[in-house]
Amino acid sequence: MITTRPRTVLIGGGALLAMAAVAVLTLGTGDFPIAPGDVVKTLFGQGDAAQAFIVNELRLPRVITAILVGMALAAAGAVFQSVTRNPLGSPDILGITSGAGAAALTVVILGGTSTQLSLAAVAGGIGTALVIQLIGGRRGLHGYRFILIGIGMTAILNGIVGYLLTKGVQMESARAMLWLTGSFDGRGWEEALPLLVVLAVAIPVLVLLCGPGLRMLEMGDDIAAALGVPVKLLRNGSLLLAAAVVAFAAAAAGPVNFVALIAPNIAKRLTRAPGPNLLPSLAIGALLTVGADWLAMHSGYPIPVGVVTGALGGVYLVWLLTTERKAGRI
Amino acid sequence: MYARQQDPPEADGSATLSTIDTRPSVAARPVGLLVAVVVLAVVLVLGIGFGARFLTPGEVWAGLVDPGSPFYRIVHEMRLPRTLLGLVVGLALGLAGAIMQALTRNPLADPGLLGINAGASAAVASAAAFLGIGTFAGWVWFALAGAAVVTALVYAVGGGRSATPARLALAGAALNAALYSYVSAVMLANTASIEKMRFWTVGSLASADFGTLRQVTPFILAGVLIALAVARPLNALSLGDDAARALGARPGVIRALVIVAVTLLCGAATAACGPIVFVGLLIPHLVRPITGPDLRWLLPYTMVLAPVLLVGADVLGRVLGSPGELQVGVVTAVLGGPLFLYLVRVAK
Repeated sequence: MITTRPRTVLIGGGALLAMAAVAVLTLGTGDFPIAPGDVVKTLFGQGDAAQAFIVNELRLPRVITAILVGMALAAAGAVFQSVTRNPLGSPDILGITSGAGAAALTVVILGGTSTQLSLAAVAGGIGTALVIQLIGGRRGLHGYRFILIGIGMTAILNGIVGYLLTKGVQMESARAMLWLTGSFDGRGWEEALPLLVVLAVAIPVLVLLCGPGLRMLEMGDDIAAALGVPVKLLRNGSLLLAAAVVAFAAAAAGPVNFVALIAPNIAKRLTRAPGPNLLPSLAIGALLTVGADWLAMHSGYPIPVGVVTGALGGVYLVWLLTTERKAGRI
Repeated sequence: MYARQQDPPEADGSATLSTIDTRPSVAARPVGLLVAVVVLAVVLVLGIGFGARFLTPGEVWAGLVDPGSPFYRIVHEMRLPRTLLGLVVGLALGLAGAIMQALTRNPLADPGLLGINAGASAAVASAAAFLGIGTFAGWVWFALAGAAVVTALVYAVGGGRSATPARLALAGAALNAALYSYVSAVMLANTASIEKMRFWTVGSLASADFGTLRQVTPFILAGVLIALAVARPLNALSLGDDAARALGARPGVIRALVIVAVTLLCGAATAACGPIVFVGLLIPHLVRPITGPDLRWLLPYTMVLAPVLLVGADVLGRVLGSPGELQVGVVTAVLGGPLFLYLVRVAK
């Protein structure tokens, strides 16, 4: 039951093409600029040795990480927004990203390895999701209660993060700050690989198993149950899976804020299709992260990608609130 | 009575909060205020007493008044300014929270949650990184400007008079996220400013001195006077604009004055000790069951008890974090957060 509406395919395909174009631009950017044509040639094995080294060894891992992180965040955001039936119900607003950040930061300050950091991020993200569900889930997962709980959780976790930042010595704090902002700088295959494995499992499950059910859930719990959807299992299962995906993305690149919020929103506006819109969201998410990374590189001095998505996301959220209010939906 | 007043004007499915219906007995309020003042005095003595060496109340007194006492210098140079700054800043944050909750009819309003402290932080970070300003006297003007811009913005984005608690909280979360991205970008661009600001951005009283105290007090005093002056018309405003006009109040002027007061209070407090969350949320909520919604009682209670929270949290942070310390902003976040979650959970 995958949507094959022409409009959806067009939007998804267009976003993928745009993402590929920006990726090629990014691969050609740096101290040693390479023309887009040469980048494409090199990717297909036709470039000279120097270009092959720079593109394939130095720059490709970063771009692949950016694409995977974008897809992961967008998929998770789409599921969260669908389950909470709220365009604002994304994992960063709900505090799941902050939970992953606080746990990973603890490891950074304690001087742990990057494997420990990843494990901590995953545990922190999933743990936060469970706590939110425990506090707010009693009377259903949708509505603003859930989001307000997320805002409260985020405030508590930010307090803890601030404390951890003051505990480290200066070098560690700089490294921790950089990690906390979300960055693809220096990311290699060892960060991308675990995320790739998780996505290879999670995305088919979400698209094939959860997607159709979530679309029916949007008609209301009773109708969905009458149509044979296991409402509670579907909700809890897809939320937990999505939280795990976000946490792995945070482990790879740090908490890159707002992609999970924006990508599914844009997908929904463009495709005008019901349901979580998973596949077009994935493409738009990847376009957003790769594009934001390109912007971050070209901003004058090297800022991490999370600053770009944070600033764009804040502006977008203000705009969304204003339009939703005028439409009477909030 | 209180629960009715706190309902947002339209029923649109967003979260609305109610609290226990309380009809405080008239005699209890002055007595309670007296008790609160005594509690404040005790906490202030504790605030001065705690430190590398614990001073008994007698030693605190001697250190305060007797120049010959061995504790005179330590009390006057380190512990007194820190405690007094906690008093002034706590009062400012609590009062700002109370009048914002009244203005927006939003029980979740808090200068930290609504992004006002973040606005002040962003302006201070810019001043520190781009203009090399590193003192309170320089920071305070930037902090006030940042607080003013965000206060106006969050009110506008949240929908002004038709703001609901959820909408305002979301507008605040949006601004918070964007502004803190900016603050970290500025700090990352300049490692020296990370070192200068990483303690400040948590919210701490550790660097307090009499110079900062002297400079912060006029701004906060002005904010307090405005807040107290609008207490009565703000009460009338809770009945609706028309009723307020009938009672002789001018809604537009009152709203503008409240925003000016919030800006003065939050901007000065943030410049002095960094962004501190939840003091403005917590105290009015704890006080309201005693005072009821009448601001003429709510505000004085808040002014006495908010410093109790802040100075108390500072002492607690020194005890828990010993031999170092836990910044006061961390303690208030960890204490206040669960109460916020509870309030959301019990909401209708």
